Amino acid sequence: MPKDSGIGASSKRREDVRFLTGDGNYTDDINIYGQTYVHFLRADVAHATINSIDVSAAAEMPGVVQIFTGADFEAVGGIPCGWQVTDRHGEPMQEPKHPVIAHGKIRHVGEIVAAVVGESLAQARDAAEEIILDLTELPAVVDMKDAATGGPKVHDDLTSNVCYDWGFVEENKGAVDEAIKSAAHVTTLELVNNRLVANPMEPRVAVGEYSRSDDMHTLHTTSQNPHVIRLLMGAFVLGIPEHKLRVVAPDVGGGFGTKIFHYAEEAFCTFAAKAVNRPVKWTSTRSEAFMSDAHGRDHVTKIELALDADNNFTAVRTETYANMGAYLSTFASSVPTWLHGTLMAGNYKTPNIYVNVKAVFTNTVPVDAYRGAGRPEATFQLERVIDMAARELGVDPIALRRQNFVTEFPYATPVAVEYDTGDYEATMAKLEEIADMGGFAARRAESEKNGKLRGLGVNCYIEACGIAPSNLVGQLGARAGLYDAATVRVNATGSISVMVGAHSHGQGHETSFPQVISEMIGIPEDQIDIVHGDTSKIPFGMGTYGSRSLAVCGSAMVKAAEKVINKAKKIAAHLLEASDADIELKDGTFTVAGTDKSVAWGDVTLAAYVPHNYPLEDIEPGLEETAFYDPANFTYPAGAYACEVEVDPETGKVTIERFSAADDFGNVINPMIVSGQVHGGIAQGIGQALLENCAYDDDGQLLSASYMDYTMPRADDLPFYSVDHSCQTPCTHNPLGVKGCGEAGAIGSPPSVVNAVIDALQSGGKNVTHIDMPLTPARVWDAMNNA
Amino acid sequence: MASVAMTVNGKSVSGDVEGRTLLVDFLRNDLRLTGTHVGCDTSQCGACVVHVNGEAVKACTMFAVEADGAEVATIEGQANADGSLNVIQQAFQDHHGLQCGFCTPGMVMSAAALLKDNPKPTEGEIRAYLEGNICRCTGYHNIVKAIMAASGQDVATIAAE
Repeated sequence: MPKDSGIGASSKRREDVRFLTGDGNYTDDINIYGQTYVHFLRADVAHATINSIDVSAAAEMPGVVQIFTGADFEAVGGIPCGWQVTDRHGEPMQEPKHPVIAHGKIRHVGEIVAAVVGESLAQARDAAEEIILDLTELPAVVDMKDAATGGPKVHDDLTSNVCYDWGFVEENKGAVDEAIKSAAHVTTLELVNNRLVANPMEPRVAVGEYSRSDDMHTLHTTSQNPHVIRLLMGAFVLGIPEHKLRVVAPDVGGGFGTKIFHYAEEAFCTFAAKAVNRPVKWTSTRSEAFMSDAHGRDHVTKIELALDADNNFTAVRTETYANMGAYLSTFASSVPTWLHGTLMAGNYKTPNIYVNVKAVFTNTVPVDAYRGAGRPEATFQLERVIDMAARELGVDPIALRRQNFVTEFPYATPVAVEYDTGDYEATMAKLEEIADMGGFAARRAESEKNGKLRGLGVNCYIEACGIAPSNLVGQLGARAGLYDAATVRVNATGSISVMVGAHSHGQGHETSFPQVISEMIGIPEDQIDIVHGDTSKIPFGMGTYGSRSLAVCGSAMVKAAEKVINKAKKIAAHLLEASDADIELKDGTFTVAGTDKSVAWGDVTLAAYVPHNYPLEDIEPGLEETAFYDPANFTYPAGAYACEVEVDPETGKVTIERFSAADDFGNVINPMIVSGQVHGGIAQGIGQALLENCAYDDDGQLLSASYMDYTMPRADDLPFYSVDHSCQTPCTHNPLGVKGCGEAGAIGSPPSVVNAVIDALQSGGKNVTHIDMPLTPARVWDAMNNA
Repeated sequence: MASVAMTVNGKSVSGDVEGRTLLVDFLRNDLRLTGTHVGCDTSQCGACVVHVNGEAVKACTMFAVEADGAEVATIEGQANADGSLNVIQQAFQDHHGLQCGFCTPGMVMSAAALLKDNPKPTEGEIRAYLEGNICRCTGYHNIVKAIMAASGQDVATIAAE
C-alpha cells in the first residue's frame, strides 16, 4: 500500500492552491507605493566603442526621473565571478571586469548601455528612444575557435580571448595518450553541444527599495538563492553590509539555473532606489530575457574512446571549447570544468581519462549553468561516442555499456570523484522492461509499413549532485562555501515553521520538506510549514541548484529536527519523571520505554513555552534549533534512458514515439513530485535534441530572440513518458539517503534521442553516423540526402 | 486617456487607460488581478489567457479599450463559489499538472475553453489545442493527464504519477 503521508507518500502539493487560483505572489506582482520603473537601453550591436551618450533630449521627456549610464557606476564594483579556475599550467583564469552598465565599450548584443527611470514604464521607454549613442562598431568574434586563435579581442586588457586552458587530470595525460596509441580500436567523434536559453516562463524581475531612515536596502528579485545575491551584490558590487541588505525571492516562476546568478539589473535597481529615493522596478520582457539571461551549454568537443580487443574501454580523451560569452557569469567558469570533467567516467570503469577544456570569450551573452550544467555536456559526448563505437564494432550498444559498467562501490574514478553507491545493471534492466524493448522489432516493422523509419536509442547517465563539500570545492576554486542551513521553530501549540535556505520555484518544497518532519515527529504534515526566500526570515542558505535542495538543505533540516527532538525528549523526561535515555518518540507521542507512561508532542511543546513545570536549571525554555550541513561528498544519481523515434524519410521530421527513463535517486520522499521533475527534464532534453537552438550570426546578432525564432517544446512535440525510480541505492553519506532528481531528465535524454535517430536512419540504409543538435527536419533531411 | 468599463469575474469595473494599454496590463496594474501572467511579448506563451465573452483570448494581444463592455473571466474567478477548486483546478492539483505555477493560469483558462467546446477531447486534441500555451516545467505529461481527468476520462492507464 502506498503511504498517504510522510516519507514516500505522493502528498498533493499545498502550493498548488494559490497557483491555481491566481493567488501566487511573483515578483512582478509586487507593487510598492511610489515606485518608479526602469527601462534599459540595450546594445543592438555586438562589439563597439562608446564614443558618447547624449541623454539631454531624453531627460526632458515627460515622466523621466533620472537617467543613468556607465559613468554613474564607475565607483561601483563589477559583477563578480564565484569560481576561480586554475589552468593546466597552474595560472589563474583570465577574469575581465564586468560592469553593471557598459562603460567605454559594448561587448554583446543586449548589454545595458543606459537606464531610464521614469514615472511609468511607457514614459521610461519613450524617453530611451531619445538617447543618442555615438558608437564606433568593431568586428565581433562569435566562433569559439576563431576567438581562441586570434580573432578580435573581446577585452583589450586581457592577453587573449582564452579564459583558461584546463587539463584534467593533467598528470594523467601521458598515460591517456599512450593508452589511445596502443588501443585495438579508437572511435572519434566531433560534436556540438548547442547553445540553449533556459527560458523559465516567468521572466526576471527586480524591485529595489531603500529606506533612508535606517539605511536599509531591500531587493525583491526572481532568484533561486537570495542569500547568494545578498553576498555577491552586497559585498562585491554595491558595498552594502549584510545587515543593511534584505533580499526577497517570493514565488519564482521557474529557474533551471538561469536565476542562480547575480545580474546587473538587480544591482541597478538596488543602487538606483537609493539614488532616486524611490522604489525602482524592472520587469524583463521575453525579448530582453533572450539577450540578458545567461545562456547554457555551447560546447564544441572532440572525444576519442579507446577500446581493447575485448571491447573494454581503456581510455577517453576529450578536447572541448566552451563559450563563456562576453563576461564571466557567476558560476560560468566552473561549469565546463568541475561540473563536466569530473563526470567523464560516466557509468563505466574506464581507467584512463583526460579532459581538456578551453574556455573562451566571445561577443555573445554570458553562458552559465542551465539544468544539468556541464553534466549534460559530459553525458552527451560519452554516450554518443559509445553508441558510435558499438556501431563501428558491430556490437549491441546496450551490451557494450553493460560490459563496461562500474559494478563495485565505492568506486574512485580517474577524474577525482568517488561514487558512493549505484546499481547500473538494475536501472538498465528496469529500462528494458518499461521501454518494452522486446516489442521494438514489431513496432519498427509497423512503422516501415507506413513508410517511416523507426529507431531505438539508449543511454546511461551519471551526475554529481548535492553540491558540495565546502573544503573540496574551496580547493578547486569556489569562492563560497556550499553548505546549507535550516531552522526548525516549534511553536507553543506544537505546530512547526521550518526556515530553509533552499528556494522552491516549482520543486514543491513546501509539500515535500514537511513530509520529512512529519515522518520524524509523527505529527500531520499540515502542522508544518516551510518558510523560504527571504534573507530576513531564514538563517542562511546557498539556495537551489545542482539538485541539492533535499540532499544538502534537507539534511540541515533533519539535523535541526534531531536537535529539537533531543531537547523535547529531555522536557518529556522531566514531565514523565524518567531518564531522557528511556524516552521514545513515535506518532507524536513521547513514551517511557517499556511502560504505558506517555505525554503528547503538544504538551511537551507547550511546556517549553510555558515553563512552569520545567527543568530550567538544565535547559532553556523554547523549542527552536538551527543546523548548518556541509555535505561529505557529492551524491551520484544515475540511470538509463531509452527513446524511440519515427523519422519521415520524405521530410526529415523526427517524432518521439516513446520515451522511458529508469532512474536511481536513492530514497524518494514524494514519488509524484520526483516523476514530475523527470518529466520536465526530459522535455528540456528533447527540446535540446530536436528543437532548441540559440543562434548568432557572424556579426554577433542574436537571431533567436523571441518565441517566434527559438523553438520551445510544445505539448504536441512530446509524448507521455514512462518513468520509474524504483531502483534505489540510497546515498551513504546524508541522513535521508537521497541523491537529487531535478536535473536527471535534462542530462539523460539528449543522447538517447540522437542515438535513436541515427538508428532509424541506418535502418533505412542511410550512412549517417552523427548529426549535430538540434535535429531539425532540415538537418536530418540534409544528412540523409547528402551523406 | 479613454474610459473603459467591463465585467470582470462578474463584477462591474471601470478605469481610464491609454489607447496603447493592453488588456493584460489593465487587469494586472489597474485591477490588481495579478493571476494573469505575462511570459512573452510575441503572443506565443499563453500565460495571459483569459476569457472575453466566453472565448479564450491572449490578454497581451488585445487592447483594454477593445474589451470595453465585455464579459471578462480570469483565473481569480474560476474557483467554486465556496472557494474550493473547480473541476479543472482540482484535476491539476490531483495529477501534479503544475510546478512553478507561472503558466498555470493560462493553462487552466485554455483547458476550460477547450472542454466547453469539446467535453471529451483525445490526448491528441488536447496537445494540439495547447499549442499556444508553453510550460517549461512539466513536460506537459501531467497537464494533458489532468485535462483528460477533468473531462471525466480514466487516466489510470497513463504512466503512473
